[in-house]
Amino acid sequence: MMNLQGLWTEAREQSSTEMRDEIVHRLYERSRKLCAAGVKYPEKKDVRTERIDAILTSPVLGFPIMLLMLGAVFYITIAGANIPSSLLADFFGSLEGPLENLFVYLHIPDWIYGILVAGLYRGTTWVISVMLPPMAIFFPVFALLENYGYLPRVAFNLDRIFKSAGAHGKQSLTMAMGFGCNAAAVLSTRIIESPRERMLAILTNNFVPCNGRWGTLILLSSLFMASHFTGGFKSLITTLVIIGLVMFGIVITFLVSWILSKTALKGVPTHYTLELPPYRRPKIFDTVIRSSLTKSWAVLMRAVKVAAPAAILTWIAGNIYIGDASVLQHVAQFLDPFGRLLGLDGYILMAFILGLPANEIVLPILLMGYLSTGSLTEAGSMAELKNILSEHGWTWLTALNMMLFSLLHYPCGTTLINIYKETKSKKWTFMAFLIPTVIAVIVPLMTTFAAKAFGWV
Amino acid sequence: MNNAYRIALAGNPNTGKSTLFNALTGLRQHTGNWAGKTVSVAQGSLQHKGNHYDLIDLPGTYSLFSNSADETVARNYIVFEKPDITLVVLDATSMERNLNLALQVLEMTKNVIICINLIDAAEKQGIKINEHLLTRQLGVPVIKVSARNKLGFPKLLDTIDRIITRAIECNPVPTIYDEEIEEKISRLEPKVKELWKDGPSSRWVSLRLLDGDEDLMREMEKRMGREENDESSRVMD
Repeated sequence: MMNLQGLWTEAREQSSTEMRDEIVHRLYERSRKLCAAGVKYPEKKDVRTERIDAILTSPVLGFPIMLLMLGAVFYITIAGANIPSSLLADFFGSLEGPLENLFVYLHIPDWIYGILVAGLYRGTTWVISVMLPPMAIFFPVFALLENYGYLPRVAFNLDRIFKSAGAHGKQSLTMAMGFGCNAAAVLSTRIIESPRERMLAILTNNFVPCNGRWGTLILLSSLFMASHFTGGFKSLITTLVIIGLVMFGIVITFLVSWILSKTALKGVPTHYTLELPPYRRPKIFDTVIRSSLTKSWAVLMRAVKVAAPAAILTWIAGNIYIGDASVLQHVAQFLDPFGRLLGLDGYILMAFILGLPANEIVLPILLMGYLSTGSLTEAGSMAELKNILSEHGWTWLTALNMMLFSLLHYPCGTTLINIYKETKSKKWTFMAFLIPTVIAVIVPLMTTFAAKAFGWV
Repeated sequence: MNNAYRIALAGNPNTGKSTLFNALTGLRQHTGNWAGKTVSVAQGSLQHKGNHYDLIDLPGTYSLFSNSADETVARNYIVFEKPDITLVVLDATSMERNLNLALQVLEMTKNVIICINLIDAAEKQGIKINEHLLTRQLGVPVIKVSARNKLGFPKLLDTIDRIITRAIECNPVPTIYDEEIEEKISRLEPKVKELWKDGPSSRWVSLRLLDGDEDLMREMEKRMGREENDESSRVMD
């Protein structure tokens, strides 16, 4: 009797590459014939969708419109988040006085006050006031675009570029997911059938900033890049800087995809049909409001869960002294030479290292570090924040380098865990850590070198 | 309990498959817009005319021959776990794309019901579907439903019952390929049948062999080995 292996060999001898095409072709043809016979469409086709598509996916206008949309989403987020952010910060700050009184009244020792209020309370409320408003705006706006059916058009527009980079067109969709959360986007790469192209999507997903990094990017950009402007113009400049960064991240995505598909992940992109669904009016409450609220809430809870222990840890490290400096200062000093090379400093690198569990906490940790006592000032005014940073030698170049590092560096802990779960490979998980890290070191190295060589700083 | 019949739900993403699953079983479960959101296979149960049915909500996929995790899960369930009935859920507003998957399922298994969902939305758009013609040309029952508004459920449940009680028989009309492929299939098919009598449809396996589906080969090797080990005790997973 013949075994399976024998049968396989026999079939392989008879098979040809055209066979798959023929099989798929026949199935499509039969579907078409069945529909022609059994399904009657109304005379008038969906002209509206076609007309809109002619504009949104046009070779000339497609890209500018996409950029405009992206810019509009960011602008609305940045401009809209300012006021609620400072209101929240004021609110949390105003609670601190009563809290302190309560601690005094209960005769609670200073160090417990330090851990709980200066560490835990300030750390987590800072994360909430910086993160919640942008998320509460970004998610619904993004969900609106998604629900109207614009995202498949983005995939359509980007398809050719991804293909020429050797990747799958659907990678644009997983990339879009990455704007929300890289960890979730890694799961969403399941929509890509070919393992090779799926791996490309996983390895490069990190190059779009997730909402954990939006806070850092928006804040630094408005503090240092748009500092000479006021009002609406300030938001505009901030938006432009952010768009520039996002575009840079996307370029890196293409570049890394292209290099990988020519080296470690060789192959030709597979074909797929992308159906553009008709534009639909979204169900505002169900899909937009509710999903955004639950999403914001989930992301926030995660941030708080990670921020709380990190804040406590940072406070403790900032208050335990070895010799005449705290543990925090020792670590920062150790990292400082390397940090300087990248146009950053030791505290910034330390914040990124401690921020591995979640990008949301990088900036709070950095501030705690700078204030050397390991606690945060009342996160009140932006001017105060800028003062702290400037006192530690920050220039626009430091801010730019930190933004670049944040954009390009290794994925957060949750994302890495998901990558391992999805790829079941330690090697590729490590690559997902290594590739961005190397790029995140090289790019600031170059900007710093260039800025110094040209005498910009 | 061993007298539960198993019904697998297959379909493209966004066809309201999970909505139908929820409506039939009453089990609360999240339904999503993103392709492949229903990744882990959800199960629920249903009673009808004294029979007990287990419903399995397979991941939504656009096809069943590729290598994505979702497609493999769905395909393996249909061909290896052999549900008593496979319910293919189609979106009435995009029949052409959806029928593709239905045709693939018809190659894999015999007892198939084609369930055209979102029929109310389609009719609102002026789309008219002749389900009797489709039933004739496909050889299996084609039923129009709206999972959202629970339209067409009595007919669907009745059809399930009549297939189980053998009051009606499904005879899927195979997709015929060009002469060259058909000739190769006819040469391979008897050998496949000989190799694994109770295995998946021999025509389908032959097609996949010609297609060079290595993943399926590995899966078959694994399953055949397992079957030899416990020939007698295999009931179902």
